[in-house]
Amino acid sequence: MSFRVETDMHRRRRSQNLGVAVCLVLFIGLVTVLSLVKITNTGPVEGYDHAPRASVTEEASQ
Amino acid sequence: MATVAENSAQYDPVFGDYVALLKPRVMSLVVFTAFVGLMAAPVSLHPIESFCAILFIAIGGGASGSLNMWWDADIDAIMRRTKSRPIPSGRTSSDAALGLGVALSGLSVLMLGLAANWHAAAWLAFTIFFYAVIYTIWLKRITPQNIVIGGAAGAFPPLIGWVAATGAVSIEAVLMFALIFMWTPPHFWALALFMRSDYDDADVPMLTVTHGRPATRRHILAYAVLQSALAIGLAFTSIGGVIYLTVALICNTIVLKDAIHIWRRDEQASEADNFKVERAFFKFSLLYLFAHFLAILAEALLVPYGLGGWS
Repeated sequence: MSFRVETDMHRRRRSQNLGVAVCLVLFIGLVTVLSLVKITNTGPVEGYDHAPRASVTEEASQ
Repeated sequence: MATVAENSAQYDPVFGDYVALLKPRVMSLVVFTAFVGLMAAPVSLHPIESFCAILFIAIGGGASGSLNMWWDADIDAIMRRTKSRPIPSGRTSSDAALGLGVALSGLSVLMLGLAANWHAAAWLAFTIFFYAVIYTIWLKRITPQNIVIGGAAGAFPPLIGWVAATGAVSIEAVLMFALIFMWTPPHFWALALFMRSDYDDADVPMLTVTHGRPATRRHILAYAVLQSALAIGLAFTSIGGVIYLTVALICNTIVLKDAIHIWRRDEQASEADNFKVERAFFKFSLLYLFAHFLAILAEALLVPYGLGGWS
């Protein structure tokens, strides 16, 4: 005999929890894909910290 | 009759009740017009950015719908058309609608700013504020011009779609806004002429009651003339073309003919044929808006093949 009795409240709360979980996963996926698109569509980015700046080193060499 | 207070939090809502708070049918119109605005713009976004822009404009529209249901829960419980909504039927509490509306408003504005640009995000924030505060809270219950004001909020999506792509407002975006803005009042006033509105029971002023039915008929004609001028004017901008002009000429000829017919009829004639002309005007106006925006979309999609636009 099962100790858990499935009630209408359980069904409703499972629907809520599943719906919110699916929305969160989709939102995280969307933000990840959007970030990748934004980063890959941006032009060359110079590093300003612990990395040589191409524009500065080129000027210095000339 | 059960009141909102008696019904509130009677049940735990299922997920679909939260979706219903966002007015999915209104969201579908928002998605379509915002998509056309974005596609018609001369600047193209990456498909993922476009998808995100449309999604967050739609979520912003849904958030304002939730805020509308939160504030109007008392009158929704009185009107037949709205008493099965989640709050008056007791499936969700009004606090849940307020929380969902505020949270999704913030999320949609923030995400539209990140996905597209902050100019578009500012327009979305203004639209939510306009619909929830200016229309729902302030003016809906005190002026018979409430449909005109509510219509303005529903007219913003193509403009936001355009700004999401271009970063700026232009004459084309303003004309797309103006077309929906002018279309909304005669569409709903025609409905009010042949459907007995239960807005009376809820003390929401409607033009048919406050100014009478002959005045409503005059208003329908005046707005139909303005709407036609704007619709045909849009054909001569950069997003118009032969296809759009043809659609606009046909649709606006039909609308003007019916609007003149409505204006010249009296109640006796309308009741004699069970409001045949008013019903036809209402039905056609649904097709009217869809046809105009579909024509704008067709012009935009045919440009790469040298067929769309005036060039």
